[in-house]
Amino acid sequence: MSGPVTILIDGVEVSARPGQTILDAADEAGIYIPRLCHLPGLAPFGSCRVCTVTANGRPCASCTTPVTPGMIVENDTERLREMRRQIVEMLFSEGNHFCMFCEKSGNCELQAMAYRLGIPASRYPGIWPVRDVDSTHPDILIDRNRCILCGRCVRASRDVDGKQVFGFVGRGHGKRIAVLGDARLRDSGVDVTDAAIDVCPVGAILRKGTAFRVPIGQRRFDKEPIGADIEARKEKP
Amino acid sequence: MSARPGERQKPKIATVSLAGCFGCHMSILDIDERILDLAKVVEFSRSPINDLKKFDGRCAVGIVEGGCANEENVEVLREFRRKCDILVSLGDCATMGGIPALRNSIPLSECLETAYLDGPTVVNPLGRIPSDEEIPLLLDKVYPCHEIVKIDLFLPGCPPSAEAIFSALTGILGKSRPDLPYELLKYD
Repeated sequence: MSGPVTILIDGVEVSARPGQTILDAADEAGIYIPRLCHLPGLAPFGSCRVCTVTANGRPCASCTTPVTPGMIVENDTERLREMRRQIVEMLFSEGNHFCMFCEKSGNCELQAMAYRLGIPASRYPGIWPVRDVDSTHPDILIDRNRCILCGRCVRASRDVDGKQVFGFVGRGHGKRIAVLGDARLRDSGVDVTDAAIDVCPVGAILRKGTAFRVPIGQRRFDKEPIGADIEARKEKP
Repeated sequence: MSARPGERQKPKIATVSLAGCFGCHMSILDIDERILDLAKVVEFSRSPINDLKKFDGRCAVGIVEGGCANEENVEVLREFRRKCDILVSLGDCATMGGIPALRNSIPLSECLETAYLDGPTVVNPLGRIPSDEEIPLLLDKVYPCHEIVKIDLFLPGCPPSAEAIFSALTGILGKSRPDLPYELLKYD
């Protein structure tokens, strides 16, 4: 491997290691690229497309695209912000998202992304799909109404827990998270301590009996927007 | 209260609750004593706050709580659009359907059968589902207001906080674009 390469993100010089993704390099430099399916520690997946940037003028998912020397990246432009808004609004319209009684509200990455992007309401008509809930497990439940198919649980169960409890089945609107193909959570061997339970960005996979412990006003995204922790890494000039 | 001759007419505000729970109207009242400041610069037209049932003139601002669940909701919403310059969707029911929209993934006939015939607590000796021209027909789904008419401003929240409502209203009346700060844009 050769030495570090330099890329430009919105005109700012960022040093990156060869082979590093644009998103990881930006994270280290304290530049936040919005994302939903990506989570450090899990293999990049490139499914939500919220992290789309342009690299040398071409749109690409920054979580799966490696840097190249002198790459010119656009991230925080109105065109990309608008595209991200559209993606997030489509995610809201595609599922059944009832923030007002969801126990993930305030700690939900989808909701926080909508707040950060300044979305007051989805412009797209709701699809109101029929999705099912599996609450057969004593400690865990899966509510597919809220699932955004980010695949974090699939990757965490496979790569971190070594279990492959969760997987995708179906295509298009019929695509859903399945438990061991077509089992119930109770029979799946999933454990409440599994990493796959923690990684869900929305309220689709939840621990039972833990809801509403943190009062409104003190939840993860009540005061600080999503990505503020990454932006705090930026070196002060 | 109409303006005396020579006095400049105050802009009017109309409010209504469609398929909502009046929680957003409670939140309007939650602006507390600032409602007196508001009353200095505006006048309420049709609104549950003054119990006026009909519009008494063109309104600068119309505030709509709740989405559209039946044909009456649609009619009232269209009248608001016709008679108000700026129409505000107030709360999650108005902006996305909210709790009433929980029925949207269930066929309407199934909802009615459960409510009036098969539900575990139903007592209905005649075994009839209410149907009368006095009762507004239910729509197939509950719709957010912007799927029926054009909406100019969205204030989500269940309910939107009094801060959000007051800052939006002062923004509109001050003719500025009332963009909510981060802490006030909430869906819960």
